[in-house]
Amino acid sequence: MTDWPQIRRVGLSGILVTFAEAMTEPANRAALALRAAIEDADWPEVTETSTSLVSTFLQVNLAVTPAEEMTERLSDLLTSRDWYKADLPPGRTLWHIPTVYGTDLAPQLEEAAEVAGVDPDEAIRQISGARVRVLTIGFAPGQPYLGELSETWNIPRQQALSKSVPAGALIIAIRQLVLFTNASPTGWRHIGQTAFRTFRPESEEAFALSPGDELCFPAIEPAELEKIRSKDQSGDGGASSEVLA
Amino acid sequence: MSATLTVVQAGPALSIQDFGRTGYRAQGLTRGGAADPIALHEGAALLRQPAGAAIEMIGAGGTFTSDTDLRIAMTGAAMTANIDGAAIVWNASHLLPAGAKLTIGGATGGTYGYLHIGGGLATPELMGSRSSHLSAGLGAALKSGDTLAIGPDKGSETGMALPRDNRFDGGTVHVVESMQTVHFSADTRARFTRTTFRRDPRANRQGVRMDSDGEGFFSDGQLSIVSEVIVQGDVQITGDGAPFVLMCESQTTGGYPRIATVLPADLPRIAQAPAGAAIRFAFVSLEKAIAIEKRAAAELTALPGKRYPLVRNPAEMRDLLSYQLIGGAVSANANPFEEGT
Repeated sequence: MTDWPQIRRVGLSGILVTFAEAMTEPANRAALALRAAIEDADWPEVTETSTSLVSTFLQVNLAVTPAEEMTERLSDLLTSRDWYKADLPPGRTLWHIPTVYGTDLAPQLEEAAEVAGVDPDEAIRQISGARVRVLTIGFAPGQPYLGELSETWNIPRQQALSKSVPAGALIIAIRQLVLFTNASPTGWRHIGQTAFRTFRPESEEAFALSPGDELCFPAIEPAELEKIRSKDQSGDGGASSEVLA
Repeated sequence: MSATLTVVQAGPALSIQDFGRTGYRAQGLTRGGAADPIALHEGAALLRQPAGAAIEMIGAGGTFTSDTDLRIAMTGAAMTANIDGAAIVWNASHLLPAGAKLTIGGATGGTYGYLHIGGGLATPELMGSRSSHLSAGLGAALKSGDTLAIGPDKGSETGMALPRDNRFDGGTVHVVESMQTVHFSADTRARFTRTTFRRDPRANRQGVRMDSDGEGFFSDGQLSIVSEVIVQGDVQITGDGAPFVLMCESQTTGGYPRIATVLPADLPRIAQAPAGAAIRFAFVSLEKAIAIEKRAAAELTALPGKRYPLVRNPAEMRDLLSYQLIGGAVSANANPFEEGT
C-alpha cells in the first residue's frame, strides 16, 4: 500500500482526494479522471466539483451529510481502478492560440531562454511547438496553469515581481505556462503575448477553458497580432479549436 | 412603469450582493455574494419576502431616493440613517415615501450594512446572480446617479424590527481542523487558540488578516505544499506567520497552509468585526460543529417569528394627524405572523 491517494475533509465544505505530494502528470491525470467519474456518478450530495493540480474536490455540506458516508463511497470508487493510468476525459478541446514571442510585447523571452540555457530562437521553437494541458485553473477566473514543459523549462520564478503584465500574457516558470486573465503583478517571466481572453463574463460561455483542455501557442509576428486585435470581437484572439475525441 | 431606486450619492464601497454564484469553482471563480448572509435573511424576514439581492454598504452608506413609495429595511452593521432628516431605526422596516431622501451614514457597529427594498432589486443577472464580484472583474461598484430596477412589491407592512445579535463585536469563533492542520505542531495550535487577535484594518471581501503581538504561527515545511482548493473560512498562514481568514471573494486555490477552517455559521462574525476588534479561535469537534450549524440554520428559519412592531413616540411624530390610528389594531389573540404566509 502507498500513502496515496489521500482522502481529507475540507472544513465542513467538502472532501478532497489528493493523488500526490507534488505536481506530477499521472497525479494530474488521475484528478481529472476522478472528477469526470464523480460528475458522471451524479451523487445528489455533491453540489460542485473541481480539480487543483493533483486533487479532486467534492463540495458537500458535511453539516447535513456525514463525512464517513462520503469517504466510504469514495474509497470504493478509488479502489475500482488505477486512476494514475486512467484515460483523460473525452470532449476536451484543443486550442491553437497565435502568440507573439519576445519583442516589446513580451520582453522577458530572452531572459527566460538564458535562465533555461537555450538561445532565444530555440526557446521559441520549443515553446511554440509544445502541446500543453490545462493542469488547473485558478488565481483569477478562467486563468489556466499549463504543462508540463520539458525539464529545460524547470526555471525558477524571478526574485522580484514584475509590476504588471497585461491580460493575454503568456508567462513561464517551473515547467508551466500561465495565460493571464487580467493585468496583474507576477513573479513569472513574460515570454509571449496573445489576444486570447480566458474570461468573458458577458458571453454565454463565460470561461473559454476547462481543466484537461490542451493548448498550442504557434508563433506569429506583432503585425499579425495587431490585425487580429482590430478584427476580433469574440475574445478568441484568432485562435482555432477542435474537440478531442 | 416599474419602480426604481436612485443612488443620489454613493458611499465609497456600495455593491449589489445576493447569495453569489455556485458551480464555477473549477474555472477559478469563488461564490462571492453577501459577506454577511445572515443580514440577507434578516432583511427578507423584515419585509416578508424571499431572501435575495440587497445593497451591501462597507463602512458607510449613501443617499437614495425613488419616484414611488418603497418599503425598505436595513440590516447588518448599524449605520446612522434618516429619511428627510428624521432619524430611523436600524434592523427595521420603514416606508420611504416617493421623493423622500434616505441618507445612510457611517457604521456605528460592525462593517457590512445592507439596504433591502420591498419587491427586491431586479437588476440584470450575470452568470446566475446579481452579485458584483469585483476581485474577479464581474459587475461594478454602485456609483452616484445609478438607477436600479425594483421588482413588484407584494407586501405593504412597515415598522417592524428584529432584535440585534452580538455578531458585530468580534469575540470567539468556532473552527474545525482542516486538511493541513496536522502540519502545525500541537504547541502552535494551542498558542493559536490562546491568542487574542485583532482584526487588521486592511480586511476586505477576499480575506481578513488577524494581527497579534507574539511570534507567527508557522507549520513544518511551510513553503513546500502544493497549491490546493480554498473554501470560505479557511484560516491560511501567510509567509509572515499571520493568520488570514479567507472570505467570500477569495481565490479558488492557494499554496499557503491552512491551520483551521471557521464554521460557516461564524463567518459573519469575522466579516462584521470592526477594525481592531478582538477575535479568538476555538477548535470544536466535527459533532459539535454540526450541532452549531444546525442551530444556526434553525435560527434563520425562526427569524420571522422574532419580529416585533416598532413603538413610536407620538410626541416625535410631526405628521401625527396624517396617521389613521385605529385601523391597524389587531386582536390580542390573533397571530400576527400567520397573515400572508
